[in-house]
Amino acid sequence: MEIFLQQIVNGLVVGSVYALVALGYTMVYGILGLINFAHGDLVMVGALTALQTMMFLMGVAPGMSPIAMLTLSLLVAIPVCMLLAFTMERLAYRPLRNAPRLAPLITAIGVSFLLQTLAMIIWGRNYHTFPQLISTTPVQPIEGVFITPIQITIVIVSALMMAGLVLLVTKTKLGRAMRATAENHRVAALMGVDTNMIIALTFVIGAALAAVAGVMFASNYGIAHYGMGFMPGLKAFTAAVLGGIGNLGGAMLGGIVLGLVESFGAGYIEHLTFGFLNSSYQDIFAFIILGLVLIFRPTGLLGERVSDRA
Amino acid sequence: MNELALAVPWLGKRNPQAARWLVIAIAIGAPLVAMMFGRTWVRVLDFALLYILLALGLNLVVGFAGLLDLGYIAFYAVGAYTAAFLASPHFDLHMPIWIVLPLAAFFAAMAGITLGFPVLRLRGDYLAIVTLGFGEIVRIFMNNLNYPINITNGPQGINALDPIVLFGWDLSRNVQVTEELAINSLFLYYYFFLACVIGSIIFIQRLQISRVGRAWAAMRDDELAAKAIGINTRNMKLLAFSLGATFGGVSGVLFGTFQGFVSPESFSLMESIAVLTMVVFGGMGNIAGAIVGAIM
Repeated sequence: MEIFLQQIVNGLVVGSVYALVALGYTMVYGILGLINFAHGDLVMVGALTALQTMMFLMGVAPGMSPIAMLTLSLLVAIPVCMLLAFTMERLAYRPLRNAPRLAPLITAIGVSFLLQTLAMIIWGRNYHTFPQLISTTPVQPIEGVFITPIQITIVIVSALMMAGLVLLVTKTKLGRAMRATAENHRVAALMGVDTNMIIALTFVIGAALAAVAGVMFASNYGIAHYGMGFMPGLKAFTAAVLGGIGNLGGAMLGGIVLGLVESFGAGYIEHLTFGFLNSSYQDIFAFIILGLVLIFRPTGLLGERVSDRA
Repeated sequence: MNELALAVPWLGKRNPQAARWLVIAIAIGAPLVAMMFGRTWVRVLDFALLYILLALGLNLVVGFAGLLDLGYIAFYAVGAYTAAFLASPHFDLHMPIWIVLPLAAFFAAMAGITLGFPVLRLRGDYLAIVTLGFGEIVRIFMNNLNYPINITNGPQGINALDPIVLFGWDLSRNVQVTEELAINSLFLYYYFFLACVIGSIIFIQRLQISRVGRAWAAMRDDELAAKAIGINTRNMKLLAFSLGATFGGVSGVLFGTFQGFVSPESFSLMESIAVLTMVVFGGMGNIAGAIVGAIM
């Protein structure tokens, strides 16, 4: 029973990070029908920029309180990612908006590798220790179940950000414009929506979420390096597909479900396969789920879109 | 062999015959020239030939049939690991290349069908993502199947694969012609690979203008219309996957035996993308393009 509860906790924590990243995928896909492979690498850029800022701050003001330091580094990481996403959209994706379907996808992969390589040049190939500014001493709300304060923070921050995003999309004028653009570019443009602007903003908002997710992800594991964004990126995409791509609620649900499946899978696979497979197979669950969803329910859990559109 | 002639466009249009001979002369003479700059360059040429094979195979799937496959390297891995299981001290099996090659091709084709079946209904980006996931799954398995039973030897990979022996000729040994003159084994591999590549080019060219090739082209351009004129798109897709995979498997065997060891590291996503880049770079659906792309 303790193991079961523990896996739920782990799953929720990982899942909420996936959900945040998945939102970025799903928003861009909803509007452009593009899988932005480079989104996962924004997570990495966010984490590494924050790390750099923390290093700087520790040098300049060693006595600074951890919370202030974390906030400041987020305030640096978020704009950096936003700017990067804006540039990316402007230079790589906008010229290809009417190109044949495979061109933007291959470009996105290219952008992803470009970001990874740049990060490798700037920060080197090594794994960096990420300062864990929020305490990692676990508390035990129930005997045998460990939760660290940082995990609690992750879940709360993600929930807040998701709520904020939903409000933004459903209640504001900007959100309405985004939904209109997703529905139909041309008609939205005729109604006076600056669609180019809206598309750029979608990328930028997604990037902000990715930056936060990156900082949380790195704080949770205590490491950061140039390739860290790829796997979470893929899994977040899986989460987006699982929930129904183009659907915000779906992305959140998908993220949480994927996180839970993954942690349960990793926890129990050894018993289920009689010790033949162990927890190092954790990464395959996301892909298996992805395959199953696409085969049996291509619209995802909550989606209405048809997967056939390419 | 018209495609060959077109690889040198400035000559190919005016005098295809001359262009053809030029390409053949370059292909045969290249390692001799490369040798002047050192042995590593001959090695590079050998690898370039392997990449040509891979690019040709992927071109079948992506270029001809229009199915974007991001996990192509998995078939390459299947081929290389089959060679490693059947012809190395790892399981103490030492089968000749004539058994390894068809078996590897068969396993790779099976892997292709295994991947092909579930993704039949998918198109475009979804297909790309699922194939990518498939590639990763294969790599994760190779990386971890050393416990509890050691099958793949984990991240360390398998060492000391048997070299290719053709009719009693060991390709990994230098051939002593006279006392002083020896032909380096890299050359032997080069010409063997070259023969494979030329065989594949001829095969693919015939395929392209065959019923199957035309059906693929129709399917790529408009799946609905292709169905309407009576093409069995399901079988055609599976055929594209399995044939493409066969090429991957064969080049995997050649790669494994040439390099002498296989490890999961050689089969990362990066490699899949590199091969895809070659295909895209040379122009999708174009044989000469795939070759030029691979050499670059």
